[in-house]
Amino acid sequence: MRIPCLGAGLVLAAGAATAGDLPELTVITYDSFVSDWGPGPAVEAAFEETCKCDLNFVAAGDGAALLARVKLEGKRSEVDIVLGIDTNLTAEAAATGLFAPHGGTVAGLDVPVAWEDRTFLPYDWGYFAFVHDTSLERVPQSFEELADSDVSIVIQDPRSSTPGLGLLLWVKAAYGDRAMEIWSALADNVVTVTPGWSEAYGMFLEGEADMVLSYTTSPAYHLIAEGDASKAAAPFAEGHYMQVEVAGKLASTDQPELADRFLAFMLTDAFQAVIPTTNWMYPAAIPDGGLPDGFETLIQPAKPLLLSAAEARAARGPALDEWLNALSR
Amino acid sequence: MAERAQPLGATGAIGIAAAAAIPVLILLATVAIIRVAEPGNGLTQADWAAIRFTLWQAFLSATFSVALAVPVARALARRRFPGRGALVTLLGAPFLLPVIVAIFGLLAVFGRGGLVNAGLGMLGLPQISIYGLHGVLLAHVFFNLPLATRLILQGWQEIPSERFRLAASLGMDASAVNRHLEWPMLRQVMPGTALVIFVICTMSFAVALTLGGGPRATTVELAIYQALRFEFDLDRAAFLSLIQLAITVFLALLAYRVLRHPGFAPGLDRPLMRWDGRTPALRLLDGVLILFAALFLLVPIASALVRGLPEVIGLPQAVWVSAIRSLCVAGASTVIVVALSVVMALAATRLKSQGGWIETAGLTALAASPLVLGTGLFVLIHPVANPEALALPVTALVNAFVTLPFALRSLVPACRAIESEYGRLADSLDLQGWARLWLVVLPRLRRPLGFSAGLAAALSMGDLGVIALFADPDTATLPLQVYRLMGAYRMEEAGGAAVLLLALSFGVFWMLDRGARRADA
Amino acid sequence: MRDVLTLERIAYRRKDFALHAEGSVKGPGIVAVIGPSGGGKSTLMSLIAGFELPDEGRVYWNGTDVTKLAPGERPVAVLFQDNNLFPHLDAATNVALGASPRARPRPAAKRRAAEALAAVGLGGMGARMPGELSGGQQSRVALARAFLTDRPLVLMDEAFSALGPALRLEMLTLVKSLLADKTVLMVTHDPEDARRVARQTIFVEDGLVRAAEDTGDLFANPHGALARYLA
Repeated sequence: MRIPCLGAGLVLAAGAATAGDLPELTVITYDSFVSDWGPGPAVEAAFEETCKCDLNFVAAGDGAALLARVKLEGKRSEVDIVLGIDTNLTAEAAATGLFAPHGGTVAGLDVPVAWEDRTFLPYDWGYFAFVHDTSLERVPQSFEELADSDVSIVIQDPRSSTPGLGLLLWVKAAYGDRAMEIWSALADNVVTVTPGWSEAYGMFLEGEADMVLSYTTSPAYHLIAEGDASKAAAPFAEGHYMQVEVAGKLASTDQPELADRFLAFMLTDAFQAVIPTTNWMYPAAIPDGGLPDGFETLIQPAKPLLLSAAEARAARGPALDEWLNALSR
Repeated sequence: MAERAQPLGATGAIGIAAAAAIPVLILLATVAIIRVAEPGNGLTQADWAAIRFTLWQAFLSATFSVALAVPVARALARRRFPGRGALVTLLGAPFLLPVIVAIFGLLAVFGRGGLVNAGLGMLGLPQISIYGLHGVLLAHVFFNLPLATRLILQGWQEIPSERFRLAASLGMDASAVNRHLEWPMLRQVMPGTALVIFVICTMSFAVALTLGGGPRATTVELAIYQALRFEFDLDRAAFLSLIQLAITVFLALLAYRVLRHPGFAPGLDRPLMRWDGRTPALRLLDGVLILFAALFLLVPIASALVRGLPEVIGLPQAVWVSAIRSLCVAGASTVIVVALSVVMALAATRLKSQGGWIETAGLTALAASPLVLGTGLFVLIHPVANPEALALPVTALVNAFVTLPFALRSLVPACRAIESEYGRLADSLDLQGWARLWLVVLPRLRRPLGFSAGLAAALSMGDLGVIALFADPDTATLPLQVYRLMGAYRMEEAGGAAVLLLALSFGVFWMLDRGARRADA
Repeated sequence: MRDVLTLERIAYRRKDFALHAEGSVKGPGIVAVIGPSGGGKSTLMSLIAGFELPDEGRVYWNGTDVTKLAPGERPVAVLFQDNNLFPHLDAATNVALGASPRARPRPAAKRRAAEALAAVGLGGMGARMPGELSGGQQSRVALARAFLTDRPLVLMDEAFSALGPALRLEMLTLVKSLLADKTVLMVTHDPEDARRVARQTIFVEDGLVRAAEDTGDLFANPHGALARYLA
């Protein structure tokens, strides 16, 4: 009983006591990464075993909040590494001038697209997909089929959620100038738009919609963690937009060497093996042991879609206006 | 008759200082954001649409909540039945629900796969959809009907029982009682209640978007979120928050101008018995009203309970630890709220007709965007201290601020009543300062104070507040753990943690509210 | 017998009402304040007690100017028509407040409170709550507190008007004997009360407070306005 209470009152004192003599590496990431059910605890333990340092995670909401937070702190930041923004936001992040080149090698990455970014390194990735219950009859095989059907979907708002933004760019990448038309046709399939992924996924599980925007890897959670094979992702003919999650080193870091070591560690088995069953994404460098059993059941999109960081940044504003116009009618 | 100018006294001065500190802190936080902002693009057409929608839905939500609360409160005020006290407390539960739990509770009843549609389906009737403006209003009424009912019921309880005796001896029927006793009270209580609910609803974010069915239901708070997180347009976020604040302050000053002192003479604390409304028709009406209110408010909660309860035992240790942490934060918030609200309510009483300023200052805490406030505090704290280290104290403080308006709404009228009933007697006995507070004010304030403290504790338990911005992996509060579980696909465990959160929130509320009412009996 | 309370050219004006008062009251003893309702009796009491401040003029007690003092700082104890007791405090505590307005009454104050309660015929009832007492008993508790205070001027604003005639007479007799060393200003709507117990009487009408006169003289030769009022 007393420990958390004391903690509430005396965090300052407690904070001072933990660091000791070890160099400290501060990694800021999104909240679900550091939660007890995310990769954070295992990653921290594994890295501290070898680094002779104190790895300190700081959580800041979701991927977008993360970048906002780094901007807010600016050059005075005590953060060394930013982990968890996706490629839709890396152009934005690079433009701040706060990041330093990673200087590492990008050979041996198992990401379906060529990786040329010198600032950010990917650590995991996934395909966005509409997830449904296997009892759903006539699963739509494309956005157009979905729009023509009376299948209901729940999606996330691109203004407040990174999957929502991913869907926006998915439609843009697949349909270009026809995106507005697709959104208008989809409008009557959209049951509602949620602020974040959790609400949408929860509503789908409660039966509020036939499909939910999530990832091709989502069914793996139900299969592996719950032994439930009733969820599947619908393969779309247009291809599937990717979410590639990356990490980068801040130029202002006082531990540049340690930061480089962390980025290198990030692509080793100790880190990568944790990703599939905690973050429920594909590891950016498949570990020696391969993917966990169950991942082989997942659909493999024939056509990966991904706008470059610069394209994504340019497309966001106009695509958002189209989306708002189509769905506000 | 004119009032004698009253000396403000030490408590009054502290109260005014506390009241002034709130808007000052909010403005500081907002200015801090504007100072670090790069010049933005100004407000877009979509922002203005969001402002219009926000005000409109908040206005409708407040109107419906209060309009429905009046008959429910009246039914509760004039009926005595076994378990009434427990029901009154229980009906407060929705207000204490964390937003996400409430949304899922409502969906279990009114959603596509909910009870109502299942019933309609069995009868072969067409299905209803909860998504749209009506869904937003339904959710806001669900949240705020309990608060409105409690505040209005308190108004009823403050009508001295002697008045009802007099009415009975004069042979007044229900409509005469309504005209002579209840309506004057309602005219006092309704505007303030509606205002508080209006302000709460302008802060709506997840509820409005999720149940609103799409971007039509965009609120200012979502626009702020977008500006802060995705566009890093701090100017725009601060500006939106200031507009919201200005509207609230304007409405608050208007409302408190309308409010006058209740002209009720005091009573002798006799248990309230009612003689009007004994006709069978009115009994039936009240019974039906109470039943419907109870079903509407309690079934969604019950469904959340049923689903989550089996999970509670197996919850991971991290969740239990956060629960204790949340209780500590709630305890700290409650102490702050009780201290602040009492001195502020006393100051408001001393200031007489100018006392509306105190409540308005309190309301700004609720009307300021939590996102902007949190970001501003972050900007303020970051250069001096590690924001993570201050996460819990800041959370306790901000949660206290946010609860303050409810406490004031409950305490200010009570303090005024005490002053008008016993002020002269206390003055003539030279009861001042600590002795007056201890002997007269606090004992007579016990009921509203217990209610306020319970509310503060419960809301602080369930509030995600600024913690999300300052969160430290090792100091997660219980609501944050609920979101983390959901984010990790663990919806069932999240349901269990939500039930734990609900039980603890409601438990502390029950303890403080019922405790105070029992002691008063 | 000397002038204890002096009102010096008091003027009190409000929107649709004005009160003027001038004159002195001799003490100790009971002084009745009579007159038609709405004439200003209660306002006069409020001005003396300090709940209201006059626009002009001064109030003196034993030659000391008390015009600006707060109610609690004046040598005045008040018995209202009702609400004389705090309903959440028991009778003894209510009385003890007369000895010292402290948050926790001292043992000495409690003992004196018990004695005062005994003096008004409520011995042993100190633990009762006001709600459990009859109207007459509540009045006695308030009287006990006035008795206990060292405040030499007691204002009673129709304090017993809610009681029946027999009970009221009993209370008046009690006031006379119990508060013999104090000056009591007693507002009453019944001139008979004045005749029974008051040495002096003040007649208030239409906002004009006349000088205190010997009760016997006043009732023997009522002047115009008083005669009309008594008729």
